[in-house]
Amino acid sequence: MIQPASPDLITVNVDGKEIAVPKGTNMIEAARRVGVDVPHYCYHSKLSIVGNCRMCLVEMGMPAVDPASKAPVIDPATGKQRVNWSPRPTIACATNASPGLHICTTSPMVKECREGVMEFLLINHPLDCPICDQAGECKLQEQSTGYGRGYSRFIEQKNVKPKRTLLGPRVMLDDERCILCSRCIRFSKEVAKDDVLGFVDRGSYSTLTCYPGKKLENNYSLNTVDICPVGALTSTDFRFKMRVWFLKQTNSIDTETSVGVNTVVWSREGVVYRITPRENGSVNDTWMPDSGRTLYKQIREGGRLEAARVSGSVADLESAVKAAAALISGAKVAVVGSGRSSVEEQFLTRKLAARAGAEAYLVSRVGQGDNLLVSTDKNPNVRGALVTGLISELPKPSLGALGERIDSGSVTTVVSVGEDLLAAGLSASQLAKVSIVYLGTHDNATSGLAKVVIPTLTVFEKHGTFVNQQFRIQRFAKAVPGPSGSSDDLVVLSKLLSAAGGEALGADVGSLWPSIASEVPALSTMAYSNIPDTGLLLDSSPWSTLAFAEEATLHFKPAAAAPKEAPRG
Amino acid sequence: MPAPEQFRLIFKHIDEPGYTNDLACYVRNGGYEVLKKSVARKPEELVDEVKKSGLRGRGGAGFPCGVKWTLLDRKSGKPIYLVVNADESEPGTFKDRYIIHNDPHQLIEGIMITCFANKVERAYIYIRGEFPEGARILEKAIAEARAANFCGPNILGTGYGCEIYVHRGAGAYICGEETGLIESIEGKRPYPRIKPPYFPAVLGLYQCPTIVNNVETLCHVKHIADRGGEAYSKIGTPNNTGTRILCVSGHVQRPGYYEFEVGKITMGQLLFEVCGGPLPGRTFKAVIPGGSSAKVLKFGERYKGKRKSGAEMVEYDWGLEDIPMDFDSLAMIGSMGGSGGVIVMDDSVSMVEALANINAFYSHESCGQCTPCREGSLWMKKITSRMVHGEARTEDGALLKSVADQIAGRTICAFGEACAWPTQSFIAKFGDEFKAYPEAKKAPRAAAAPELV
Amino acid sequence: MNLQAETLRKIDEVIPHYPVKRSAALPLLHLVQEDQGFISNEAIEWIADRLEIQPINVYELVTFYPMFRQKPIGRRHIKVCRTLSCAIMGGYRTCAEFQKQFGTGLGEVSPDGEVTVEFVECLASCGTAPVVMIDDHLHEKVDAARARELSDKIKGEAKTANR
Ligand SMILES: Cc1cc2nc3c(=O)[nH]c(=O)nc-3n(C[C@H](O)[C@H](O)[C@H](O)COP(=O)(O)O)c2cc1C
Ligand code: SF4
Ligand code: SF4
Ligand code: FES
Ligand code: FES
Repeated sequence: MIQPASPDLITVNVDGKEIAVPKGTNMIEAARRVGVDVPHYCYHSKLSIVGNCRMCLVEMGMPAVDPASKAPVIDPATGKQRVNWSPRPTIACATNASPGLHICTTSPMVKECREGVMEFLLINHPLDCPICDQAGECKLQEQSTGYGRGYSRFIEQKNVKPKRTLLGPRVMLDDERCILCSRCIRFSKEVAKDDVLGFVDRGSYSTLTCYPGKKLENNYSLNTVDICPVGALTSTDFRFKMRVWFLKQTNSIDTETSVGVNTVVWSREGVVYRITPRENGSVNDTWMPDSGRTLYKQIREGGRLEAARVSGSVADLESAVKAAAALISGAKVAVVGSGRSSVEEQFLTRKLAARAGAEAYLVSRVGQGDNLLVSTDKNPNVRGALVTGLISELPKPSLGALGERIDSGSVTTVVSVGEDLLAAGLSASQLAKVSIVYLGTHDNATSGLAKVVIPTLTVFEKHGTFVNQQFRIQRFAKAVPGPSGSSDDLVVLSKLLSAAGGEALGADVGSLWPSIASEVPALSTMAYSNIPDTGLLLDSSPWSTLAFAEEATLHFKPAAAAPKEAPRG
Repeated sequence: MPAPEQFRLIFKHIDEPGYTNDLACYVRNGGYEVLKKSVARKPEELVDEVKKSGLRGRGGAGFPCGVKWTLLDRKSGKPIYLVVNADESEPGTFKDRYIIHNDPHQLIEGIMITCFANKVERAYIYIRGEFPEGARILEKAIAEARAANFCGPNILGTGYGCEIYVHRGAGAYICGEETGLIESIEGKRPYPRIKPPYFPAVLGLYQCPTIVNNVETLCHVKHIADRGGEAYSKIGTPNNTGTRILCVSGHVQRPGYYEFEVGKITMGQLLFEVCGGPLPGRTFKAVIPGGSSAKVLKFGERYKGKRKSGAEMVEYDWGLEDIPMDFDSLAMIGSMGGSGGVIVMDDSVSMVEALANINAFYSHESCGQCTPCREGSLWMKKITSRMVHGEARTEDGALLKSVADQIAGRTICAFGEACAWPTQSFIAKFGDEFKAYPEAKKAPRAAAAPELV
Repeated sequence: MNLQAETLRKIDEVIPHYPVKRSAALPLLHLVQEDQGFISNEAIEWIADRLEIQPINVYELVTFYPMFRQKPIGRRHIKVCRTLSCAIMGGYRTCAEFQKQFGTGLGEVSPDGEVTVEFVECLASCGTAPVVMIDDHLHEKVDAARARELSDKIKGEAKTANR
């Protein structure tokens, strides 16, 4: 991968440690790079800077120069250039690195500033942590332990503000906990472009409100919950369900569309409780659509396939695979692969199709995008199918061509990897003419008609990779085990492949990847374990002539509209 | 030493019988002659005159006006705006209202000279909402001036044009802070901006370079353009040039506005001679010299140190009465000239209650944007109100001071200091009165003691 | 919104004073309040629509600036200065006198519907304290006796107006 040409680097000094940072880096980020944490509330790297919380106050100094000659002033004691420290503290969030800038985060003045701000933030706070949902994720709680004085001098009446206001279908507000950092307002205005939140009244009585009669109900509303540094905004779905410190976090990818939003899946003892965004500055920043947060509910939704079936009777995996292989061998086969399958699954699907001499199809899912993090392509991995060679052109709007081949008798067996063929446009009478092998997670019309049904896993139950609209390959990992009767898609596909007389390939991502790397040109230099958490951009030039469906979204411009850029690693 | 005579430059006509605020009267008295003179000169020359004059802003901070103008980003290619700060909301200050009501054309002439000098083509007068009559007067005056070609397109045939618009506030002190004011004109909550990066001279109104000047400051510009910077700088004292309007309110015999050469009159001369001393049977107790944000001074205290006199340093040992009423002297003794509002309190006033009154003002006016000011100002108000109306504790003074210390210097705008300085100075100077208050409260209230909160 | 033709004319006139429409929010709020007596939610939405901004942007202003009100007030608005210079010269007594004269509490509409008495902050006339603004007009040196006179005058004018 090609690294960006290094921008102007300048050297700054944080608590005595020198570090080179790109020009324009603010002091919070610069300090972060040397492992110094500057506590902050209102600053958010992806939002405009307002500097209102004053938690990030630090001391700032500049190298001394003689006003007349501009020559450095040397301290005779140390032989180094003297630093002129500003008598007043400065906010680190709005102070950009300039050559030679010094900041000090450890002085008594800084300590006192933080204690002061902490005390001020807590005087009107209800201090109801034992019943607060944010407990464990609350920056106020965290930082009052780290930077507060630990006792209260406030004996006056606290301000009274509205409690438990529903801002919208998914977000609940407790104004007494709000520290007026305005992150949620800035997010709504700047990112979601849905300006419904604001402060009313003034001074300490300022109150966060949604305009009466309007709702915070856009498809990004839950990001306000993520970025609220305290427990003022909570999710109505997650409220009080589980203390966060009990939960395991697994990196995943939102499968709603080809954007490939990076996510974290929060689970405990095999149960997923929530999905939150994971930062990827090249894909989704720190945001995700609300719609992607409930996808885990499919895991436990009714209709989950529980056991393999052959001609309607329950069978074990081995006999189901054998029955499927029998339907494939010697038959005129077509394979309907999926843009929802992982790269690894698509690779094995391609192998299977090749072995069976079958033509491979993909189901197209083009719909409405929002130009933010929901793209027009509802398949997360069409590009994976291109990269692995499962398909060589974009899927047609319908499976009409396959239907014709069925009607003409040139296809007698159809293998569907998780796709409902009826929903994809084949007719019941066409399906009646073929034998169907169905691999999938849930019951549908196709599984009902299939000769062989083999239950597989949802994205939350397995490992793999997707290639998003930018041709960025990104990993997802297994958060919870699948139901007992189901098998990993890779296991099923590799068994099927060898049962159909094909080569024996790995049945898990680790053992499969060497084969992928050796056979797929675009992935030839890679290994599964080497893909960074934020993904790797692939060379997309082989597909530059294809007319992809996507419109512009955050960090993505359709190729035709954008001048060609070198891929970034 | 007897007090000097008033030097009426800005308020020359203000009390003149028969002087009216219409264009005809203004022109009869030589109005707009300076503008005519000025538009025949090079703009840069006018900026130079203002620099030479040493004029310091009359809005509160006393920043050199000429320097402010030179900080303007003239290379951006963006339009340059002038915003006239007519928010006059610092308690104790009441000079701009008289200028606007009685001599609006003087202000407009000052504005037009400033605009011409700085190549400004659009100016907004931000007038506080509580001046509805003032706004009407200004609008009428602008219309008159426009009809006479003193503003609007192609002024006096020069090809240069400039429009002036009046923008009314709606009851918020923070709109006097220049960046809060700019946000207010932009139609937003008047949340002061962080500086850096939003210095008005670079990223002001609509992110364009902007000059913000006080009403009185801009009137002085007219007189500087008239007399020349050099000649103007001879008025007043070095580094404190020109005249200044002092607004005296509270417990004196003759409250009101007085215009003197800056630094030529002392606090004692002002209060005892010009204003006639305390009310019958009372004695002076405290004075706030530059609007209610300025640190309070206590009668009877002395100020000692060294100060510059010409080229050399001399010792000074002043009583409150001896303090010259100029920017530098008031800063030197730990307060400020601020907006020129001198608030006098006599022995009928409880300092605890006076502070409670001031704290109520600041907690009401804090915009609420940044933590220390938002929470600290209300906390201080709650403490002082409790002291007056509920239970007062001897330790409350110390707590108040500590809260104030956590505000000043740590906020987005200078309101932080404005709301902390009263508390800090009241406790520093009248700490004993705060300690004694719980006891003192038990005694029956003196008839003369005004209710303050 | 049922605004008078004159108000609409002024609204059309003021918007072009600014390069950005949103800037006209305060002027429009003043004009609409002068026309309607207070700022209703309907007014907020109307102004937002007119200036192509969101209603929350206008609502934020209405609640920040004390001069805008969301409910009707008495026919006359008596605003007594509460700040230091007026207070030490007897402003609180002045305010109490107005309240007594009209039998009303602070910020309420008096029982006869005639006035709303309010405390406001420094009116920039501290040299003639205590001061009071009645509607758009400033009254200086208003001690309790003067407050009674002014109250009588208001009551007298109300009678004439009602006749
Ligand atoms: C809280 C606060 C309130 C202020 N109020 C006023 C005011 O009412 N009028 C004014 O002219 N300046 C006021 N200022 C000062 C302005 O920010 C600004 O410095 C001034 O208008 C500049 O004009 P000048 O240089 O001509 O004085 C205030 C400043 C602060 C921090
Ligand atoms: S609700 Fe949360 S994010 Fe929004 S302003 Fe309050 S504290 Fe900040
Ligand atoms: S210091 Fe006070 S008035 Fe200024 S921005 Fe902060 S909260 Fe607002
Ligand atoms: S992070 Fe809030 S002021 Fe810097
Ligand atoms: S204090 Fe009342 S007018 Fe200033």
